[in-house]
Amino acid sequence: MSVLNAETPDFLNSLKFNNINLLWHPSLSEASADEFLSLLENIESGTIPLDALCLEGSVMRGPNGTGRFHMLSGTKRPMMRLIESLAQKARYTVAVGSCATFGGITMAGSNPGEACGLQYEGQQPSGLLGESWKSEAGLPVINIAGCPTHPSWVIETLAQMAAADFSKDNLDNYNRPRSYTDHLVHHGCPRNEYYEFKASAEQPSDQGCMMEHRGCLGTQARADCNIRLWNGEGSCLRGGYACINCTAPEFEEPDGNFTETHKVAGIPVGLPTDVPKAWFVALASLAKAATPKRLKVNAVSDHIRIVPGAIEEDKEQ
Amino acid sequence: MTTTPSKRRILGPFNRVEGDLEVHVEIDDDQVSKAKVNSPLFRGFEQILQGKDPLDALVYTPRICGICSVSQSVAAAQALAGAQGLQSCPNGQLATNLILATENMADHLTHFYLFFMPDFARQVYLNKKWFEQINTRFKAQTGTATKDVLPARAAWLHLTGILAGKWPHSLAIQPGGTTRSITAKEKITLLTTIRCFRQFLEEILFTDTLEQVTAIKTEDELAAWQQTHQTSDFGRFLMLADDLDLASLGGTDNALMSYGAYHNNQEPLFKTGVWQQKYYTLDTSLITEDITHSWLKGQSKARHPFYGKTQPDSDESSGYSWCKAPRLNQQVVEVGAVARQMVNGNPLIQALVSQSGTHVKNRVIARLFELALVLPEMEQWCQQIQPKEPFCMTSKMPDDAQGIGLVEAARGSLGHWIKIEEGRIFNYQIIAPTTWNFSPRDTLNQPGALEQALQGTFVGDDETASVAIQHIIRSFDPCMVCTVH
Repeated sequence: MSVLNAETPDFLNSLKFNNINLLWHPSLSEASADEFLSLLENIESGTIPLDALCLEGSVMRGPNGTGRFHMLSGTKRPMMRLIESLAQKARYTVAVGSCATFGGITMAGSNPGEACGLQYEGQQPSGLLGESWKSEAGLPVINIAGCPTHPSWVIETLAQMAAADFSKDNLDNYNRPRSYTDHLVHHGCPRNEYYEFKASAEQPSDQGCMMEHRGCLGTQARADCNIRLWNGEGSCLRGGYACINCTAPEFEEPDGNFTETHKVAGIPVGLPTDVPKAWFVALASLAKAATPKRLKVNAVSDHIRIVPGAIEEDKEQ
Repeated sequence: MTTTPSKRRILGPFNRVEGDLEVHVEIDDDQVSKAKVNSPLFRGFEQILQGKDPLDALVYTPRICGICSVSQSVAAAQALAGAQGLQSCPNGQLATNLILATENMADHLTHFYLFFMPDFARQVYLNKKWFEQINTRFKAQTGTATKDVLPARAAWLHLTGILAGKWPHSLAIQPGGTTRSITAKEKITLLTTIRCFRQFLEEILFTDTLEQVTAIKTEDELAAWQQTHQTSDFGRFLMLADDLDLASLGGTDNALMSYGAYHNNQEPLFKTGVWQQKYYTLDTSLITEDITHSWLKGQSKARHPFYGKTQPDSDESSGYSWCKAPRLNQQVVEVGAVARQMVNGNPLIQALVSQSGTHVKNRVIARLFELALVLPEMEQWCQQIQPKEPFCMTSKMPDDAQGIGLVEAARGSLGHWIKIEEGRIFNYQIIAPTTWNFSPRDTLNQPGALEQALQGTFVGDDETASVAIQHIIRSFDPCMVCTVH
């Protein structure tokens, strides 16, 4: 449903202007029941060419590898068999969302559904199709990870394929489109001043940086959520809650709890990407010593109590 | 009695419902004589939640569904608040109401324009005098309505960008309020966004003010309104409903239930209760889930959700769905907008349902009517936010506790029951709206609400393509991913 949030233009116009013909979509297409089954038959027999197969949701292999946990309605066929078959026909195969890519939230706990992604099972390359699988275009499954995905991550990737302007170089180490994973969620975070001075939020609606106590993984998470905003002006951090690194495999099983920073000897276990630990600790303690009062106070308030320039002692420090 | 054996058909997959659905029908004399509804996807969220930190339910449960995500968040937050004995602050309650109403209104809009109406632009209706008009307006993907609705819906969800960071899957809704404080300037942005959507509803859906629409109180007043608002999309639906006699489709006379919606100063906007010829208070201790006809094991008789178990067993021979059969005092109940408005005593819905029961037409009217009822309330809630007051209360989670979260999603009553032992989730049971409406039979062999609604449907010569069945199914606005979870 997230992709229907696309704007300027809307989802259908975004496809149209990029020369993408939507064969079928679960929320938008008229074809239901037999009409849809006959479309599948025509694709599987090669009568209708399939440029891109987009799968949303994980592959349910249970119980005991039978696929009975997810049957294609109106047939006696496990959904995973249909997915395998369509992937063989598609020029590109695209996993949309962290469930379809890596197994995601449905792999959490004991993974009761025996869920996996199309070409990954958590961090392990395997999944339904296997590590070495390539689609007709010579590419692995394109993993548009995220829970949910930003509508434009999906649309732009499809548009690049339609324009024949998409290659292995556009994919990162987990075969995610680099168009959004070359960034960290931290980039563009409006709480950056609090981060710089280690002025940290303690309670759910506090304004401070959420890395130290509130579980935020924005400095490690690969996505452009604070550059390419959500639903107008939003992002998780702008909404006042932690980044849980939902574009990463195995985000569903964090080291501790989601909204409490996992620490050893008072130091967060997960440090910012590419920052050496010794330097981080040194810089953090220096920053803490230099934190302006304005930031200390505002960090633990749910609205700005002290405006910039209001405190004399901050200027004199 | 017919002398020829029943014809059996397996119908599916159905799109323009959220998730996977299969319906088995037996047909005698061109009519559905028996229906069995199957939810063919099992993921096991209730098992996933066992052993987790209680607050992590706020991450897992919204991800059950991409369309009822906020409803799941609100139910989880309320169940956790119950376990903590925590009360939300006024701002937190107002913001939660606004976020939930945003999702519910978006879902009503999506259902009407994208899921339900495109079936009337099918070729089967080619010879109807209204076909050209309806086809131009509501044809799936290419109709003019889709071009109006997608941008309006996306702009409407900007409310969640501000209030909840994003939609779906927000962590903004907490047991004691919300994580996102709202400034005075943001109140203006929110109010402007709400009024943009008001304009869409007033100019396109109703061609009338929301206040004029909600002032309609009787069937005669509705008929008179219809005459003067024929070019509104609501008017178009009413015309179709008359011509195709949608009031004769999908009728049931089960009890109607609502958990009550949008609490403000302790009072809900829509009240809690049960309607069965008259209003009754709701006793949730009488809710049980039965697994006689589910592919599940582990409980010999129906259990209250605090004691419920979810253990899949695909070999269970009497099972035909992954869905459990929830019952209230052993009775089948229907949930959704029509139930909510009956329980709340809305005069028009009361007049319509007491006349002819719940059916395709009344279910859709109630949903559209709610758009007009809730939006003006949202304007009020927005104005009541006090930017300098707190948005979120906190308290420690006890090591052993239990809590219940009861909310109204767009498509009906959603309940979460959590038991916490030694600081971890011991049991978490969820009953979603479509679990009620699309349940399989129970130990008394009572069919679920959709199974009843399909019985007697005329399917004609080409029964597999019967569009009537699709109208009935979609009139419930089912969400199958929530149903089994």
